[in-house]
Amino acid sequence: MRMPEEKKKVINCLKETGFYKQGKIYDRGKVIAGIVVFIVIAAFPFFYHAGKAAKMPEPKLDTPVIQQLPEAERFCVLPKEEMRENHMVLLDEWRDQAVREGNREYTGYKGKKYTISLQRTCLECHSNYEEFCNECHQHTTKTPVCWGCHIQNPKEWAG
Amino acid sequence: MKTVEEKTATIDRRKFLKITGVSTIIGLLGGWKFVELLAPGELEATYLPKAEALTAKRWAMLIDMKKLTEETAEKCIKACHHVHNVPDVGDPKREIKWIWLERFENAFPGDEHEHMPEGMEGKRFFVMCNHCDNPPCVRVCPTKATWQREDGIVMMDQHRCIGCRYCMAACPFGARSFNWGDYRSLIKNRNSEYPTREKGVVEKCNFCAERLAEGLMPACVEESGGAMVFGDIMDSQSELRKIMREHYTIRRKPYLGTSPQVYYVV
Repeated sequence: MRMPEEKKKVINCLKETGFYKQGKIYDRGKVIAGIVVFIVIAAFPFFYHAGKAAKMPEPKLDTPVIQQLPEAERFCVLPKEEMRENHMVLLDEWRDQAVREGNREYTGYKGKKYTISLQRTCLECHSNYEEFCNECHQHTTKTPVCWGCHIQNPKEWAG
Repeated sequence: MKTVEEKTATIDRRKFLKITGVSTIIGLLGGWKFVELLAPGELEATYLPKAEALTAKRWAMLIDMKKLTEETAEKCIKACHHVHNVPDVGDPKREIKWIWLERFENAFPGDEHEHMPEGMEGKRFFVMCNHCDNPPCVRVCPTKATWQREDGIVMMDQHRCIGCRYCMAACPFGARSFNWGDYRSLIKNRNSEYPTREKGVVEKCNFCAERLAEGLMPACVEESGGAMVFGDIMDSQSELRKIMREHYTIRRKPYLGTSPQVYYVV
């Protein structure tokens, strides 16, 4: 059994040099106080917000264009649930189809035909970027890169 | 003693007829499903080009320099830059241009000589992306952000451009511009129906692909008052080919082998 003996040797050596004393922490009070302070600071957000649920995003649909639509036609290019979950997938498809394939007409929900265009079709109804797009994106800390080129508020932008 | 035929036959007539009968019924059921699939609204394509879209086998542009005045050219430039949200940068080193005027000897180097007709030297020619048949920009693009469509248009997909500028080095016509900064605030005559560009992408004339898709002629052609003709060069009956039969046309730097598709009547 060579290992334990070598281990002992090392511990002895450390003891002699004063680096190792069993069961002793140097500056015990400061160290423990430090750990407690760290835990309190790190956990502060959890205590501070305990019991308070973050506000659920409420994307607004009350734009003039949507309001004007008759009740029966108040639907998006795909059913609401699908749009909520997969609008980014659809937008990617639209982008590729329009730019790369030259297909600029989309047949959507209930067979309705749409021009494939973010600025002209999506934003025509959803003209409230702040209250619609941003509402959820901020909640989920998403920053889509669309708006580096595409214009958020086409009506105001053209002037 | 059975004959050889009787021994090898694995099914008799009765069994054979049964199997065929059952298979026919199963087949018909499958066939019915097929009929159902063909019912309207089931198998229609979700993505289609618009019905009014203009199409061609090979798009090409002809510019009649006899008809085109600088005044008209300025009008065309204005229309193009409005439609595509092209910023007015000012600094020639950093400017964005889709369509512009270039002196004859610069646009057609090697074609100039001492005994040209009066006014030819320094005459400002209308130049843009040539939408070459053999586009060097497309060959060098590492991300396929620029590519050639089947109808010949050399398209640009800003979503894919990584701003490496290989295409700018490859293009012998200087038809491509780089966005050195955020130029959105420099767009004067804004169009809300077309996107802008971000810092770090390359852009150029796209033969108004977005207008052709809606059944409209390129913006410059509309403003040119007949000095510019856009059409299908593979269609011998097209207006473009008619003019090309009647007039001798030249192209920019044809000796480079890129086969430009912008033709000039001089």
